[in-house]
Amino acid sequence: MNYRIIVYIMGQILRIVGVCMLLPIFVGIYYGEHHVIASFGIPSAITIIISLLFTLKKPKNTAVFSMEGFVSVAASWIAMSAIGAMPFVISGEINGYINALFETVSGFTTTGSTVLADVEKMSRSCMFWRAFTHWLGGMGVLMFVLAMMSSNDMRTMHMMRAECPGPNVGRLVSKSTFSARILYGIYIVLTVSEIIILALLKIPLYDSVILSFSSAGTGGFSMWNDSVGHYNSMAVEIVTAVFVIIFGVNFNLYYFLIIRKFSAVFKNEELRTYLCVIAGATAVITIANTGIYNSFGESLWKSFYMVASTITSTGFANTDTSQWSQFSQTILLMIMFVGSCAGSTGGGMKVSRIIIIVKTGIRELKYIVSPRVVASIKLDGKPVEKDVIRGASNYFILFMIIYAISIILISHDSCSIEESISAVTTCMNNIGFGVGQFSTSGNFSGLDSFSKILLCFDMLIGRLEIYPLIMLFASKKTH
Amino acid sequence: MDIIIVGGGKVGGALAEVLCHEHNVTVIDRNEQRINSITNDYDIKGITGNCLQTANLEEAGVGKCKLFIAVTDSDEVNILSCLIAKKMNAHHCIARVRNPEFDQQLVFMREELGISMMVNPDFNSANEIAKVLRYPEAINIESFAKGRVDLAEIRITNGSILENLALSQLSRRLRLDVLICAVQRGDEVIIPNGSFVLHAGDKIHMTASHRNMVRFFKSISSAYREKRVKSAVLIGGGRVGYHLAQQLREMSVKVKIIEIDPKRCLELSERLSKVTVVCGDGTNQDVIREERVYDADAVVSLTGIDEENILLSLLAKNNGVEKVVTKVNRMNLMQLSETLNLDSIISPKSITVNQILQYVRAKQNSDGNNVATLYRLVNDRMEAIEFVVREHKDYVGIPLKKLKLRSGILIASIVRGNELIIPKGDDFLKVNDSVVVVTTNRGFGDLKQIFD
Repeated sequence: MNYRIIVYIMGQILRIVGVCMLLPIFVGIYYGEHHVIASFGIPSAITIIISLLFTLKKPKNTAVFSMEGFVSVAASWIAMSAIGAMPFVISGEINGYINALFETVSGFTTTGSTVLADVEKMSRSCMFWRAFTHWLGGMGVLMFVLAMMSSNDMRTMHMMRAECPGPNVGRLVSKSTFSARILYGIYIVLTVSEIIILALLKIPLYDSVILSFSSAGTGGFSMWNDSVGHYNSMAVEIVTAVFVIIFGVNFNLYYFLIIRKFSAVFKNEELRTYLCVIAGATAVITIANTGIYNSFGESLWKSFYMVASTITSTGFANTDTSQWSQFSQTILLMIMFVGSCAGSTGGGMKVSRIIIIVKTGIRELKYIVSPRVVASIKLDGKPVEKDVIRGASNYFILFMIIYAISIILISHDSCSIEESISAVTTCMNNIGFGVGQFSTSGNFSGLDSFSKILLCFDMLIGRLEIYPLIMLFASKKTH
Repeated sequence: MDIIIVGGGKVGGALAEVLCHEHNVTVIDRNEQRINSITNDYDIKGITGNCLQTANLEEAGVGKCKLFIAVTDSDEVNILSCLIAKKMNAHHCIARVRNPEFDQQLVFMREELGISMMVNPDFNSANEIAKVLRYPEAINIESFAKGRVDLAEIRITNGSILENLALSQLSRRLRLDVLICAVQRGDEVIIPNGSFVLHAGDKIHMTASHRNMVRFFKSISSAYREKRVKSAVLIGGGRVGYHLAQQLREMSVKVKIIEIDPKRCLELSERLSKVTVVCGDGTNQDVIREERVYDADAVVSLTGIDEENILLSLLAKNNGVEKVVTKVNRMNLMQLSETLNLDSIISPKSITVNQILQYVRAKQNSDGNNVATLYRLVNDRMEAIEFVVREHKDYVGIPLKKLKLRSGILIASIVRGNELIIPKGDDFLKVNDSVVVVTTNRGFGDLKQIFD
């Protein structure tokens, strides 16, 4: 394996993280929180120095094969989580490094689970950093590095594949750099427009920035204990709901809109299925919830909001789901697995994978009915490549194996069965809330350190889609 | 520049590798695996599908592309896809066409069908081999500035008068104006200065005017006249063999082709005149002895299998054949054969790539780029580029010794009108000069970039 190039790529990624860490300092100075200069400045300086050392000399051998790509991305994500947790510890706002690490991983992976019982006590600069990790992790740091590059002679495809979610990753245009710039461009425009709309609704600018970062990365961190429900404003809820659904759509489709290829958007099977699942789940939960809320309208809105927030893996809440019926909660738990579209900032298994897996299942039934039948699986009217089908099925299997192992490991902690299952589900799918003590009103502070580290890994596995992390640890054996 | 390449095989892949650094490249191929590996390796966009389907071409953005290159393995598909691309507003189209049956209608295709360039790798390879046989000492010869400058690759043999000669003494010793612009020693490529001393086994690249080049060859081998290739045996009678036999006949060289397929033999004997066609297995020692292959001045191995060609050439070399030329298709084998002491290796693939690259660089002229010709030497580790000084820039008119060149760059020659100047420190550039630059760096598009 080409270790030099892995170190070089890590250096590039860490430099971005180091520079981004300077942003909370400005926020801190603006709000008069001078103690944060040290708590962000020190880790930032360390990161930048490390990154400069790593990128001091460009390696001669720039061969990046899939192994190097996967390992460098996984190692970078772990390194930036470890570094990103330092400000919380230095400033003393989160007790213990493990807790801070959990919070940061939860941020970068856009999960949004928290260990804090009272979020509102946090300083404004730390809160900003916490939300910013969502934003950076949503589209990916490596993509940012790619977008910043003037040109590259590295085989970037393997790295993009390691960081971009979805079964079939490709370039939008012929150059990786331009593809990354287009995606980040769309991302920034959408985020800024959400900030502006929220600000127009008389939400303080700081709040709207935090809210927008959270929903853009489909993360779910909020600055209030009662999440979005704090504003008690229908308008804010509508804006955030609409935007998380927008951020859960494959970003390639927005590019198609820009270049006026409308038919590609309307015929997109994944988008349709995504919207259908949202509509279906909302309808079922609304009916099941009618007794809990005063009016049908309220029931519909609360159900829709929670479905949108869950399927896009955001984890905003405008109600306490622990009061819902078991049936409604189970549906929420199930759509966590479905997740958002491939190539979005959302988590979960991705709608396109689910479509492919379901279609494979249906094809299997056809084989039983008439064993000689020849049937191909199609997506958007085009046959799906064999490797993609195999990849989707194997991803599902691996996902389930890791899921089972994680549940077994976490059950040593004193949780009920459904609580352990929901904790692992919510972390591996990057959602943010579960049931019982992990529900929207609860938090993850009740777990012990081992469980927290385990969940950190689960979150990274969910965000980077399993393989990079496994490669990182399996790489030694396969040299 | 937006470039679409149809066919991601050996040539398509090599083109994508070079072009992706400066251009936006999209590759279309039917084979899904090929597309996967090519998009993994290079910074390009890949589309799996039939290149004749307008939907696929549209997805690749044919309407906006500057250059459309069709290099699939079928001539007909290449021509047809170029036609479709042309109708969909592609600016320039290049098609690879190999079948000699189309030779007669190249002009028709260019002018009536609007295909800008037809590349025939077999014909070009034959051309290259013929050139090498014309100068037996040389390994390879390229020409610049419409044939006014020759660039030759020569191996220095034991006992050559060039051995142990410092470059500063070269012109005095030979009383000729030649310039050695690069030396390949072992694995290293060196751009030498005056104190560099040549050793036996070095491969040198040198430029000179055409006349001086001929004189140079005469003086390095006093027996040049006698050494002229008078007879050649071609093992393998494929398309390259056919074209080569034709060209060698024009140079009045006696040609014998050994071909294994009786049908092909018949075809060759019908189409070629004054060429001996032998039907037999060219790898069989009995056939080789019976046909007295090793008595010929030159042996050219042109079978379809690289390994066979290399072995045949090694055998011929060991049996004392003066000039041995080997056709090798795969690049990685070319590197191996360097160590085998085979000097003349011809790769149709890299010849095609070179030709198309020259066209691409030339097309950049309109975008402020002034490359006229480009050759890639030493397994693509070096480039020889011809620039034309189009307008007055700050480097024009200043003696070269006062200009600071970047490292790894040498100005090999300046052509002013009909005159060739091998540049010294006091020479300077003028508008409308053609300048040949040799460099180990890549991707120069403008003369300005070579100065610090």
